Amino acid sequence: MMRFDLTRITDWVPMGSRVLDLGCGDGEFLARLEAARDATTLGIELDTANITAAAANGIAVVQQDMDRGLDNFPDQSFDVVVMAHALQVLHRPHGVLEDMVRIGKEAIITFPNFGHWRCRLHLGLLGRMPVSRVLPFDWYDTPNIHFCTVKDFEALCAELGIKILDHDIVSGPGTNVLKSFAPNLFGSTAIYRVCKK
Amino acid sequence: MESPGSVGVVTPRIERFDEPFGLACGAVLPGYQLIMETYGTLNSEGSNAVLICHALSGNHHAAGCHTTEDRKPGWWDNLIGPGKPIDTNRFFVVSLNNLGGCDGSTGPKSINPLTGNAWGPDFPEVTVEDWVNSQRALANRLGISRWAVVIGGSLGGMQALHWAVHYPDEVANCAVLAAAPRLTAQNIAFNEIARHAIISDPEWFEGYYDKQEKAPVRGLALARMVGHLTYMSAEGMTDKFGRERRYVDENNDDQIFEVESYLRHQGARFSTRFDANTYLLMTRALDNFDIAARSNGNLSDALAPIRARMLIVSFSSDWRFSPARSREMVDALINTGKTVSYAEIETDGGHDAFLLNEAHYLDLMQAWLSRVST
Repeated sequence: MMRFDLTRITDWVPMGSRVLDLGCGDGEFLARLEAARDATTLGIELDTANITAAAANGIAVVQQDMDRGLDNFPDQSFDVVVMAHALQVLHRPHGVLEDMVRIGKEAIITFPNFGHWRCRLHLGLLGRMPVSRVLPFDWYDTPNIHFCTVKDFEALCAELGIKILDHDIVSGPGTNVLKSFAPNLFGSTAIYRVCKK
Repeated sequence: MESPGSVGVVTPRIERFDEPFGLACGAVLPGYQLIMETYGTLNSEGSNAVLICHALSGNHHAAGCHTTEDRKPGWWDNLIGPGKPIDTNRFFVVSLNNLGGCDGSTGPKSINPLTGNAWGPDFPEVTVEDWVNSQRALANRLGISRWAVVIGGSLGGMQALHWAVHYPDEVANCAVLAAAPRLTAQNIAFNEIARHAIISDPEWFEGYYDKQEKAPVRGLALARMVGHLTYMSAEGMTDKFGRERRYVDENNDDQIFEVESYLRHQGARFSTRFDANTYLLMTRALDNFDIAARSNGNLSDALAPIRARMLIVSFSSDWRFSPARSREMVDALINTGKTVSYAEIETDGGHDAFLLNEAHYLDLMQAWLSRVST
Protein backbone atom coordinates (compact mmCIF):
# COMPACT_ATOMS: atom_id res chain seq x y z
CA MET A 1 0.00 0.00 0.00
CA MET A 2 1.22 3.48 -0.83
CA ARG A 3 2.02 5.93 1.96
CA PHE A 4 -1.06 8.06 2.59
CA ASP A 5 0.58 11.38 1.68
CA LEU A 6 1.64 9.90 -1.67
CA THR A 7 -1.91 8.65 -2.33
CA ARG A 8 -3.21 12.14 -1.65
CA ILE A 9 -0.61 13.71 -3.98
CA THR A 10 -1.68 11.29 -6.73
CA ASP A 11 -5.31 12.37 -6.24
CA TRP A 12 -4.33 16.02 -6.54
CA VAL A 13 -2.32 15.66 -9.77
CA PRO A 14 -4.53 16.35 -12.82
CA MET A 15 -4.52 13.78 -15.65
CA GLY A 16 -1.76 14.28 -18.23
CA SER A 17 0.29 16.66 -16.06
CA ARG A 18 3.97 17.45 -16.31
CA VAL A 19 5.29 16.74 -12.84
CA LEU A 20 8.62 17.64 -11.21
CA ASP A 21 9.46 15.70 -8.03
CA LEU A 22 12.06 17.26 -5.72
CA GLY A 23 13.84 14.42 -3.96
CA CYS A 24 12.31 11.63 -6.03
CA GLY A 25 14.11 8.82 -4.20
CA ASP A 26 14.06 5.53 -6.10
CA GLY A 27 11.46 6.91 -8.53
CA GLU A 28 8.80 4.36 -7.61
CA PHE A 29 6.27 7.03 -6.71
CA LEU A 30 6.81 8.82 -10.05
CA ALA A 31 6.52 5.52 -11.92
CA ARG A 32 3.13 4.94 -10.26
CA LEU A 33 2.11 8.54 -10.90
CA GLU A 34 2.95 8.17 -14.59
CA ALA A 35 0.77 5.08 -14.77
CA ALA A 36 -2.10 6.43 -12.65
CA ARG A 37 -2.27 9.99 -14.02
CA ASP A 38 -0.73 9.58 -17.48
CA ALA A 39 1.87 12.07 -16.24
CA THR A 40 5.20 13.09 -17.78
CA THR A 41 7.69 13.33 -14.96
CA LEU A 42 11.17 14.42 -13.98
CA GLY A 43 12.85 13.67 -10.67
CA ILE A 44 15.54 15.63 -8.86
CA GLU A 45 17.73 13.57 -6.58
CA LEU A 46 21.13 13.83 -4.89
CA ASP A 47 21.88 10.29 -3.87
CA THR A 48 23.69 8.19 -6.49
CA ALA A 49 22.09 4.89 -5.49
CA ASN A 50 18.64 6.50 -5.73
CA ILE A 51 19.47 7.92 -9.16
CA THR A 52 20.39 4.47 -10.40
CA ALA A 53 17.22 3.01 -8.86
CA ALA A 54 15.10 5.74 -10.48
CA ALA A 55 16.74 5.08 -13.86
CA ALA A 56 15.98 1.38 -13.42
CA ASN A 57 12.36 2.35 -12.74
CA GLY A 58 12.31 4.16 -16.08
CA ILE A 59 12.21 7.61 -14.50
CA ALA A 60 14.06 10.59 -15.95
CA VAL A 61 16.16 11.82 -13.04
CA VAL A 62 18.63 14.66 -12.73
CA GLN A 63 21.29 14.83 -10.03
CA GLN A 64 20.94 18.23 -8.42
CA ASP A 65 20.99 19.79 -4.96
CA MET A 66 17.74 21.78 -4.71
CA ASP A 67 19.19 23.64 -1.71
CA ARG A 68 21.59 25.30 -4.15
CA GLY A 69 18.77 26.71 -6.21
CA LEU A 70 16.62 25.57 -9.09
CA ASP A 71 17.42 28.51 -11.38
CA ASN A 72 17.88 26.13 -14.32
CA PHE A 73 14.13 25.42 -14.30
CA PRO A 74 12.11 28.00 -16.23
CA ASP A 75 9.07 29.73 -14.70
CA GLN A 76 5.80 27.78 -14.89
CA SER A 77 7.46 24.96 -16.83
CA PHE A 78 5.69 22.17 -14.91
CA ASP A 79 2.02 21.68 -14.05
CA VAL A 80 2.84 20.37 -10.60
CA VAL A 81 6.01 20.43 -8.50
CA VAL A 82 5.98 17.85 -5.73
CA MET A 83 8.12 17.56 -2.61
CA ALA A 84 7.29 14.77 -0.19
CA HIS A 85 8.93 14.65 3.25
CA ALA A 86 11.96 16.73 2.29
CA LEU A 87 11.12 20.22 3.60
CA GLN A 88 12.66 19.45 6.99
CA VAL A 89 16.06 18.40 5.56
CA LEU A 90 16.57 21.59 3.50
CA HIS A 91 18.98 24.37 4.44
CA ARG A 92 16.74 26.98 2.87
CA PRO A 93 13.19 25.58 2.84
CA HIS A 94 11.71 29.02 2.16
CA GLY A 95 13.86 29.40 -0.98
CA VAL A 96 12.83 25.99 -2.28
CA LEU A 97 9.16 26.77 -1.61
CA GLU A 98 9.46 29.95 -3.65
CA ASP A 99 11.16 28.00 -6.43
CA MET A 100 8.37 25.42 -6.36
CA VAL A 101 5.57 27.91 -6.97
CA ARG A 102 7.69 29.70 -9.58
CA ILE A 103 8.44 26.52 -11.56
CA GLY A 104 5.06 24.85 -11.10
CA LYS A 105 1.57 26.12 -11.77
CA GLU A 106 0.86 24.30 -8.51
CA ALA A 107 3.04 22.75 -5.83
CA ILE A 108 2.30 19.92 -3.43
CA ILE A 109 4.32 19.66 -0.22
CA THR A 110 4.16 17.08 2.53
CA PHE A 111 6.07 17.31 5.81
CA PRO A 112 6.04 15.85 9.33
CA ASN A 113 4.03 18.12 11.62
CA PHE A 114 6.16 19.06 14.62
CA GLY A 115 3.04 20.38 16.33
CA HIS A 116 1.69 16.84 16.71
CA TRP A 117 0.69 16.01 20.28
CA ARG A 118 3.38 13.32 20.60
CA CYS A 119 6.09 15.86 19.77
CA ARG A 120 4.55 18.33 22.24
CA LEU A 121 4.38 15.64 24.88
CA HIS A 122 8.03 14.75 24.35
CA LEU A 123 9.16 18.32 24.63
CA GLY A 124 6.56 19.59 27.11
CA LEU A 125 6.56 16.80 29.65
CA LEU A 126 9.83 14.94 29.11
CA GLY A 127 11.77 18.06 28.19
CA ARG A 128 13.56 16.11 25.43
CA MET A 129 13.63 16.55 21.65
CA PRO A 130 11.10 14.15 20.13
CA VAL A 131 12.32 10.79 18.84
CA SER A 132 9.74 8.48 17.29
CA ARG A 133 9.25 5.73 14.73
CA VAL A 134 8.68 8.36 12.03
CA LEU A 135 11.45 10.67 13.26
CA PRO A 136 14.00 8.20 14.64
CA PHE A 137 17.03 10.50 14.88
CA ASP A 138 18.73 12.08 17.87
CA TRP A 139 18.85 15.88 17.74
CA TYR A 140 22.63 16.02 17.19
CA ASP A 141 22.73 13.52 14.34
CA THR A 142 19.73 14.01 12.10
CA PRO A 143 19.13 15.02 8.48
CA ASN A 144 16.04 16.86 9.75
CA ILE A 145 17.29 20.35 10.48
CA HIS A 146 14.20 22.50 9.85
CA PHE A 147 11.13 21.20 11.59
CA CYS A 148 7.94 23.20 11.45
CA THR A 149 4.34 22.89 12.55
CA VAL A 150 1.21 23.23 10.46
CA LYS A 151 0.80 26.78 11.83
CA ASP A 152 4.43 27.66 11.07
CA PHE A 153 4.04 26.45 7.50
CA GLU A 154 0.88 28.44 6.92
CA ALA A 155 2.55 31.55 8.36
CA LEU A 156 5.51 31.09 6.00
CA CYS A 157 3.15 30.70 3.03
CA ALA A 158 1.44 33.98 3.98
CA GLU A 159 4.82 35.70 4.26
CA LEU A 160 6.00 34.39 0.86
CA GLY A 161 2.76 35.26 -0.93
CA ILE A 162 1.86 31.62 -1.43
CA LYS A 163 -1.82 30.74 -1.66
CA ILE A 164 -3.05 27.53 -0.01
CA LEU A 165 -5.40 25.74 -2.39
CA ASP A 166 -6.03 22.61 -0.41
CA HIS A 167 -4.68 20.77 2.60
CA ASP A 168 -5.00 17.47 4.33
CA ILE A 169 -3.46 15.83 7.33
CA VAL A 170 -2.46 12.29 8.18
CA SER A 171 -3.13 11.25 11.73
CA GLY A 172 -2.58 8.30 13.98
CA PRO A 173 -5.20 5.57 14.50
CA GLY A 174 -8.34 6.69 16.29
CA THR A 175 -7.72 10.41 15.88
CA ASN A 176 -9.51 10.93 12.58
CA VAL A 177 -12.26 13.04 14.15
CA LEU A 178 -9.82 14.96 16.35
CA LYS A 179 -7.54 15.92 13.45
CA SER A 180 -10.34 17.70 11.61
CA PHE A 181 -10.81 20.31 14.31
CA ALA A 182 -7.23 20.41 15.63
CA PRO A 183 -4.94 19.44 12.74
CA ASN A 184 -1.87 21.02 14.29
CA LEU A 185 -2.34 18.87 17.37
CA PHE A 186 -3.44 15.56 15.88
CA GLY A 187 -1.92 15.54 12.39
CA SER A 188 1.38 13.69 12.01
CA THR A 189 2.01 14.46 8.33
CA ALA A 190 0.74 17.62 6.67
CA ILE A 191 -0.09 17.78 2.96
CA TYR A 192 -0.52 21.11 1.19
CA ARG A 193 -1.44 22.08 -2.34
CA VAL A 194 -0.34 25.65 -3.03
CA CYS A 195 0.35 28.16 -5.78
CA LYS A 196 1.66 31.67 -6.22
CA LYS A 197 -0.80 34.39 -5.17
CA MET B 1 41.06 -14.29 -23.74
CA GLU B 2 37.37 -15.12 -23.38
CA SER B 3 35.73 -14.39 -20.08
CA PRO B 4 32.11 -14.58 -18.98
CA GLY B 5 30.24 -11.65 -20.47
CA SER B 6 32.62 -11.33 -23.40
CA VAL B 7 31.44 -11.18 -26.99
CA GLY B 8 34.38 -13.52 -27.71
CA VAL B 9 36.50 -13.46 -30.83
CA VAL B 10 35.33 -10.83 -33.29
CA THR B 11 36.32 -10.12 -36.88
CA PRO B 12 36.16 -6.59 -38.27
CA ARG B 13 34.52 -6.10 -41.63
CA ILE B 14 34.75 -3.37 -44.22
CA GLU B 15 31.85 -1.60 -45.89
CA ARG B 16 32.71 0.17 -49.13
CA PHE B 17 30.77 3.23 -50.35
CA ASP B 18 31.42 4.16 -53.96
CA GLU B 19 29.20 7.21 -54.28
CA PRO B 20 30.90 10.62 -53.87
CA PHE B 21 30.67 11.92 -50.29
CA GLY B 22 30.48 15.67 -49.74
CA LEU B 23 32.21 16.93 -46.60
CA ALA B 24 31.30 19.96 -44.50
CA CYS B 25 34.50 21.70 -45.64
CA GLY B 26 33.31 21.58 -49.25
CA ALA B 27 35.66 18.82 -50.41
CA VAL B 28 34.19 15.69 -51.95
CA LEU B 29 35.59 12.21 -51.29
CA PRO B 30 35.20 10.14 -54.47
CA GLY B 31 34.33 7.14 -52.30
CA TYR B 32 35.28 5.73 -48.93
CA GLN B 33 35.30 2.68 -46.75
CA LEU B 34 34.41 2.19 -43.10
CA ILE B 35 35.79 -0.63 -41.00
CA MET B 36 33.48 -1.87 -38.28
CA GLU B 37 32.66 -4.58 -35.82
CA THR B 38 29.21 -5.69 -34.80
CA TYR B 39 28.15 -7.61 -31.72
CA GLY B 40 24.80 -9.32 -31.17
CA THR B 41 22.02 -9.80 -33.71
CA LEU B 42 19.81 -7.25 -35.44
CA ASN B 43 16.17 -8.13 -34.78
CA SER B 44 13.69 -8.47 -37.63
CA GLU B 45 12.24 -4.99 -37.02
CA GLY B 46 15.74 -3.47 -36.98
CA SER B 47 14.82 -1.78 -33.71
CA ASN B 48 17.57 -2.98 -31.37
CA ALA B 49 20.64 -1.32 -32.91
CA VAL B 50 23.17 0.57 -30.80
CA LEU B 51 25.75 2.86 -32.37
CA ILE B 52 29.05 3.23 -30.53
CA CYS B 53 30.86 6.51 -31.32
CA HIS B 54 34.55 6.50 -30.51
CA ALA B 55 36.66 9.26 -28.99
CA LEU B 56 39.82 10.97 -30.23
CA SER B 57 42.12 7.97 -30.58
CA GLY B 58 39.53 5.19 -30.49
CA ASN B 59 38.59 2.77 -33.21
CA HIS B 60 36.09 0.11 -34.22
CA HIS B 61 37.45 -2.51 -31.83
CA ALA B 62 35.21 -1.79 -28.85
CA ALA B 63 34.59 -5.29 -27.48
CA GLY B 64 35.84 -8.85 -27.56
CA CYS B 65 39.21 -10.00 -28.88
CA HIS B 66 40.60 -10.47 -32.37
CA THR B 67 42.34 -13.75 -31.54
CA THR B 68 42.24 -16.09 -28.59
CA GLU B 69 45.79 -14.92 -27.76
CA ASP B 70 44.89 -11.20 -27.52
CA ARG B 71 46.12 -9.77 -24.24
CA LYS B 72 43.67 -6.87 -24.27
CA PRO B 73 40.02 -6.80 -25.33
CA GLY B 74 38.33 -3.89 -27.13
CA TRP B 75 38.33 -0.44 -25.51
CA TRP B 76 34.76 -0.64 -24.12
CA ASP B 77 34.70 -4.33 -23.28
CA ASN B 78 33.58 -3.48 -19.71
CA LEU B 79 30.34 -2.00 -21.10
CA ILE B 80 29.63 -4.21 -24.11
CA GLY B 81 28.84 -7.92 -23.94
CA PRO B 82 26.24 -10.45 -22.88
CA GLY B 83 24.75 -9.34 -19.56
CA LYS B 84 26.76 -6.10 -19.56
CA PRO B 85 25.15 -2.63 -19.69
CA ILE B 86 25.18 -2.64 -23.51
CA ASP B 87 23.78 -6.14 -23.46
CA THR B 88 24.55 -8.05 -26.65
CA ASN B 89 21.79 -10.53 -25.76
CA ARG B 90 19.35 -7.66 -26.37
CA PHE B 91 21.14 -5.24 -28.64
CA PHE B 92 22.83 -5.30 -32.03
CA VAL B 93 25.91 -3.17 -31.49
CA VAL B 94 27.69 -1.34 -34.32
CA SER B 95 31.15 0.08 -33.72
CA LEU B 96 33.12 1.70 -36.53
CA ASN B 97 36.36 3.54 -37.09
CA ASN B 98 35.54 7.08 -38.14
CA LEU B 99 36.38 8.63 -41.47
CA GLY B 100 39.90 10.05 -41.34
CA GLY B 101 40.97 7.32 -38.92
CA CYS B 102 44.05 5.12 -39.19
CA ASP B 103 42.64 1.72 -38.27
CA GLY B 104 41.05 0.68 -41.56
CA SER B 105 38.52 3.36 -42.51
CA THR B 106 39.41 5.81 -45.27
CA GLY B 107 41.88 8.33 -43.92
CA PRO B 108 45.25 9.99 -44.53
CA LYS B 109 46.96 6.59 -44.93
CA SER B 110 44.52 5.54 -47.71
CA ILE B 111 45.27 5.96 -51.40
CA ASN B 112 43.70 8.98 -53.06
CA PRO B 113 42.25 7.42 -56.24
CA LEU B 114 42.75 10.69 -58.12
CA THR B 115 46.52 10.76 -57.55
CA GLY B 116 47.37 7.13 -56.85
CA ASN B 117 49.29 8.24 -53.74
CA ALA B 118 48.40 8.18 -50.07
CA TRP B 119 46.37 11.26 -49.01
CA GLY B 120 48.74 12.10 -46.17
CA PRO B 121 48.29 15.71 -45.03
CA ASP B 122 46.07 16.41 -48.07
CA PHE B 123 43.22 14.40 -46.64
CA PRO B 124 40.35 16.88 -46.38
CA GLU B 125 39.30 18.28 -43.04
CA VAL B 126 36.54 16.21 -41.44
CA THR B 127 34.06 17.22 -38.77
CA VAL B 128 31.69 15.56 -36.33
CA GLU B 129 28.95 16.33 -38.85
CA ASP B 130 30.82 14.36 -41.54
CA TRP B 131 31.24 11.42 -39.19
CA VAL B 132 27.55 11.37 -38.35
CA ASN B 133 26.66 11.56 -42.05
CA SER B 134 28.94 8.64 -42.86
CA GLN B 135 27.56 6.68 -39.88
CA ARG B 136 24.13 7.36 -41.33
CA ALA B 137 25.17 5.87 -44.67
CA LEU B 138 26.38 2.84 -42.75
CA ALA B 139 23.05 2.57 -40.87
CA ASN B 140 21.25 2.66 -44.19
CA ARG B 141 23.49 -0.09 -45.52
CA LEU B 142 22.76 -2.24 -42.45
CA GLY B 143 18.99 -1.70 -42.65
CA ILE B 144 18.78 0.44 -39.53
CA SER B 145 16.38 3.38 -39.92
CA ARG B 146 16.36 4.33 -36.25
CA TRP B 147 18.98 3.63 -33.59
CA ALA B 148 17.69 2.28 -30.29
CA VAL B 149 20.72 4.00 -28.75
CA VAL B 150 23.51 6.26 -29.93
CA ILE B 151 26.21 6.43 -27.28
CA GLY B 152 29.70 7.84 -26.90
CA GLY B 153 32.20 9.35 -24.49
CA SER B 154 34.18 12.57 -24.98
CA LEU B 155 34.43 13.24 -28.75
CA GLY B 156 32.15 10.20 -29.12
CA GLY B 157 29.56 11.94 -26.95
CA MET B 158 29.69 14.91 -29.29
CA GLN B 159 28.82 12.65 -32.21
CA ALA B 160 25.93 11.17 -30.21
CA LEU B 161 24.69 14.69 -29.44
CA HIS B 162 24.97 15.72 -33.09
CA TRP B 163 22.91 12.66 -34.05
CA ALA B 164 20.15 13.50 -31.56
CA VAL B 165 19.99 17.13 -32.69
CA HIS B 166 20.21 16.68 -36.45
CA TYR B 167 18.38 13.36 -36.90
CA PRO B 168 15.82 13.45 -34.07
CA ASP B 169 13.62 10.81 -35.66
CA GLU B 170 16.49 8.38 -36.07
CA VAL B 171 17.67 8.26 -32.44
CA ALA B 172 15.38 6.81 -29.75
CA ASN B 173 17.88 7.10 -26.87
CA CYS B 174 21.11 9.04 -26.66
CA ALA B 175 23.89 8.85 -24.07
CA VAL B 176 26.48 11.63 -23.92
CA LEU B 177 29.31 10.80 -21.51
CA ALA B 178 32.19 12.99 -20.33
CA ALA B 179 31.53 15.46 -23.14
CA ALA B 180 30.91 19.18 -23.69
CA PRO B 181 28.81 21.22 -26.09
CA ARG B 182 31.98 22.88 -27.38
CA LEU B 183 35.63 23.17 -26.39
CA THR B 184 37.01 25.92 -24.20
CA ALA B 185 40.13 27.92 -25.07
CA GLN B 186 42.03 25.75 -22.57
CA ASN B 187 40.84 22.57 -24.30
CA ILE B 188 41.92 23.92 -27.69
CA ALA B 189 45.25 25.01 -26.23
CA PHE B 190 46.08 21.46 -25.12
CA ASN B 191 45.22 20.19 -28.59
CA GLU B 192 47.42 22.87 -30.13
CA ILE B 193 50.35 21.82 -27.94
CA ALA B 194 49.84 18.24 -29.13
CA ARG B 195 49.72 19.32 -32.77
CA HIS B 196 52.76 21.52 -32.33
CA ALA B 197 54.70 18.61 -30.85
CA ILE B 198 53.95 16.62 -34.00
CA ILE B 199 54.73 19.28 -36.60
CA SER B 200 57.94 20.25 -34.76
CA ASP B 201 59.32 16.74 -35.10
CA PRO B 202 62.20 16.74 -37.66
CA GLU B 203 60.62 13.63 -39.17
CA TRP B 204 57.29 15.33 -39.81
CA PHE B 205 58.21 16.37 -43.39
CA GLU B 206 55.12 18.58 -43.71
CA GLY B 207 53.01 15.46 -43.24
CA TYR B 208 54.64 13.53 -46.10
CA TYR B 209 56.68 11.40 -43.70
CA ASP B 210 55.52 8.14 -45.32
CA LYS B 211 57.22 9.14 -48.59
CA GLN B 212 60.48 9.50 -46.63
CA GLU B 213 59.77 6.19 -44.91
CA LYS B 214 59.88 8.06 -41.65
CA ALA B 215 57.34 8.98 -38.97
CA PRO B 216 57.24 11.80 -36.39
CA VAL B 217 57.16 9.27 -33.55
CA ARG B 218 58.79 11.55 -30.98
CA GLY B 219 56.32 14.33 -31.71
CA LEU B 220 53.39 11.91 -31.63
CA ALA B 221 54.63 10.42 -28.35
CA LEU B 222 54.89 13.88 -26.82
CA ALA B 223 51.40 14.75 -28.11
CA ARG B 224 50.06 11.63 -26.43
CA MET B 225 51.87 12.36 -23.18
CA VAL B 226 50.26 15.79 -22.98
CA GLY B 227 46.89 14.39 -23.98
CA HIS B 228 47.07 11.51 -21.56
CA LEU B 229 47.93 13.86 -18.71
CA THR B 230 44.69 15.74 -19.31
CA TYR B 231 42.71 12.49 -19.16
CA MET B 232 43.82 11.78 -15.59
CA SER B 233 43.07 13.60 -12.35
CA ALA B 234 45.62 14.85 -9.83
CA GLU B 235 44.15 12.56 -7.13
CA GLY B 236 44.16 9.60 -9.48
CA MET B 237 47.82 10.19 -10.38
CA THR B 238 48.82 10.49 -6.73
CA ASP B 239 47.05 7.22 -6.05
CA LYS B 240 48.56 5.45 -9.02
CA PHE B 241 52.12 6.80 -9.02
CA GLY B 242 52.70 8.97 -5.97
CA ARG B 243 56.40 9.78 -5.88
CA GLU B 244 57.47 6.20 -6.39
CA ARG B 245 60.58 5.58 -8.45
CA ARG B 246 61.74 2.66 -10.55
CA TYR B 247 64.85 1.65 -12.47
CA VAL B 248 64.93 2.76 -16.10
CA ASP B 249 65.76 -0.84 -17.04
CA GLU B 250 67.65 -3.90 -15.72
CA ASN B 251 70.99 -2.73 -17.12
CA ASN B 252 70.80 0.70 -15.63
CA ASP B 253 71.07 1.92 -12.04
CA ASP B 254 69.33 5.22 -12.85
CA GLN B 255 65.92 5.70 -11.35
CA ILE B 256 63.01 7.69 -12.68
CA PHE B 257 59.63 8.52 -11.21
CA GLU B 258 56.88 5.98 -11.90
CA VAL B 259 54.84 8.69 -13.57
CA GLU B 260 57.70 9.47 -15.97
CA SER B 261 58.00 5.83 -16.86
CA TYR B 262 54.25 5.57 -17.38
CA LEU B 263 54.01 8.61 -19.66
CA ARG B 264 57.04 7.48 -21.69
CA HIS B 265 55.47 4.07 -22.11
CA GLN B 266 52.08 5.52 -23.13
CA GLY B 267 53.74 7.90 -25.58
CA ALA B 268 55.96 5.23 -27.14
CA ARG B 269 53.15 2.73 -27.52
CA PHE B 270 50.81 5.28 -29.07
CA SER B 271 53.40 6.64 -31.49
CA THR B 272 53.81 3.26 -33.15
CA ARG B 273 50.10 2.50 -33.36
CA PHE B 274 48.67 5.85 -34.42
CA ASP B 275 49.06 8.01 -37.52
CA ALA B 276 50.23 11.60 -37.01
CA ASN B 277 48.05 13.04 -39.79
CA THR B 278 45.00 11.35 -38.28
CA TYR B 279 45.88 12.79 -34.87
CA LEU B 280 45.95 16.30 -36.32
CA LEU B 281 42.69 15.74 -38.13
CA MET B 282 40.90 14.30 -35.08
CA THR B 283 42.04 17.11 -32.77
CA ARG B 284 40.86 19.66 -35.35
CA ALA B 285 37.44 17.99 -35.47
CA LEU B 286 37.32 18.22 -31.69
CA ASP B 287 38.31 21.92 -31.69
CA ASN B 288 35.76 22.79 -34.36
CA PHE B 289 32.83 21.00 -32.75
CA ASP B 290 30.20 23.44 -31.51
CA ILE B 291 26.66 22.11 -31.32
CA ALA B 292 25.31 25.64 -30.91
CA ALA B 293 27.29 27.22 -33.76
CA ARG B 294 24.19 27.45 -35.95
CA SER B 295 22.05 28.97 -33.20
CA ASN B 296 24.27 31.92 -32.27
CA GLY B 297 25.72 30.02 -29.33
CA ASN B 298 22.31 29.52 -27.72
CA LEU B 299 22.46 25.94 -26.44
CA SER B 300 18.75 25.67 -25.62
CA ASP B 301 17.86 26.64 -29.19
CA ALA B 302 20.49 24.24 -30.51
CA LEU B 303 19.14 21.27 -28.56
CA ALA B 304 15.47 22.12 -29.18
CA PRO B 305 15.02 19.60 -32.04
CA ILE B 306 15.99 16.62 -29.83
CA ARG B 307 13.34 13.95 -29.39
CA ALA B 308 15.50 11.17 -27.94
CA ARG B 309 15.45 10.13 -24.31
CA MET B 310 18.75 11.64 -23.16
CA LEU B 311 21.35 10.55 -20.62
CA ILE B 312 24.18 12.89 -19.71
CA VAL B 313 26.95 11.59 -17.44
CA SER B 314 29.91 13.50 -16.04
CA PHE B 315 32.78 12.45 -13.78
CA SER B 316 33.69 14.45 -10.69
CA SER B 317 37.45 14.59 -11.32
CA ASP B 318 37.24 15.17 -15.09
CA TRP B 319 38.86 18.56 -15.62
CA ARG B 320 39.09 18.26 -19.40
CA PHE B 321 35.29 18.24 -19.76
CA SER B 322 34.23 19.01 -16.23
CA PRO B 323 30.78 18.28 -14.75
CA ALA B 324 29.92 21.96 -15.32
CA ARG B 325 30.20 21.36 -19.08
CA SER B 326 27.72 18.49 -18.85
CA ARG B 327 25.41 20.66 -16.75
CA GLU B 328 25.31 23.19 -19.58
CA MET B 329 23.74 20.51 -21.76
CA VAL B 330 21.46 19.25 -18.98
CA ASP B 331 20.18 22.76 -18.24
CA ALA B 332 19.54 23.43 -21.92
CA LEU B 333 17.59 20.16 -22.14
CA ILE B 334 15.59 21.00 -19.00
CA ASN B 335 14.99 24.48 -20.37
CA THR B 336 13.30 23.05 -23.45
CA GLY B 337 11.40 20.32 -21.61
CA LYS B 338 13.33 17.31 -22.90
CA THR B 339 13.43 13.89 -21.27
CA VAL B 340 16.84 13.93 -19.63
CA SER B 341 18.66 12.07 -16.92
CA TYR B 342 21.92 13.26 -15.45
CA ALA B 343 24.44 11.96 -12.96
CA GLU B 344 27.86 13.10 -11.84
CA ILE B 345 29.89 10.01 -10.99
CA GLU B 346 32.21 10.42 -8.01
CA THR B 347 35.61 9.14 -9.17
CA ASP B 348 39.35 9.78 -9.24
CA GLY B 349 39.42 8.47 -12.80
CA GLY B 350 39.45 11.88 -14.50
CA HIS B 351 38.27 12.25 -18.07
CA ASP B 352 39.14 8.63 -18.82
CA ALA B 353 36.63 7.45 -16.21
CA PHE B 354 34.05 6.80 -18.92
CA LEU B 355 36.28 3.88 -19.93
CA LEU B 356 36.82 2.58 -16.40
CA ASN B 357 35.07 0.18 -14.05
CA GLU B 358 33.48 2.62 -11.62
CA ALA B 359 30.71 0.59 -9.96
CA HIS B 360 28.23 3.51 -9.75
CA TYR B 361 28.82 4.33 -13.39
CA LEU B 362 28.33 0.79 -14.66
CA ASP B 363 25.23 0.37 -12.44
CA LEU B 364 23.72 3.56 -13.81
CA MET B 365 24.43 2.59 -17.41
CA GLN B 366 22.91 -0.85 -16.78
CA ALA B 367 19.82 0.71 -15.18
CA TRP B 368 19.29 3.35 -17.87
CA LEU B 369 19.92 0.97 -20.78
CA SER B 370 17.61 -1.66 -19.27
CA ARG B 371 14.73 0.75 -19.93
CA VAL B 372 15.51 1.15 -23.62
CA SER B 373 12.72 -0.51 -25.58
CA THR B 374 13.75 -2.51 -28.61
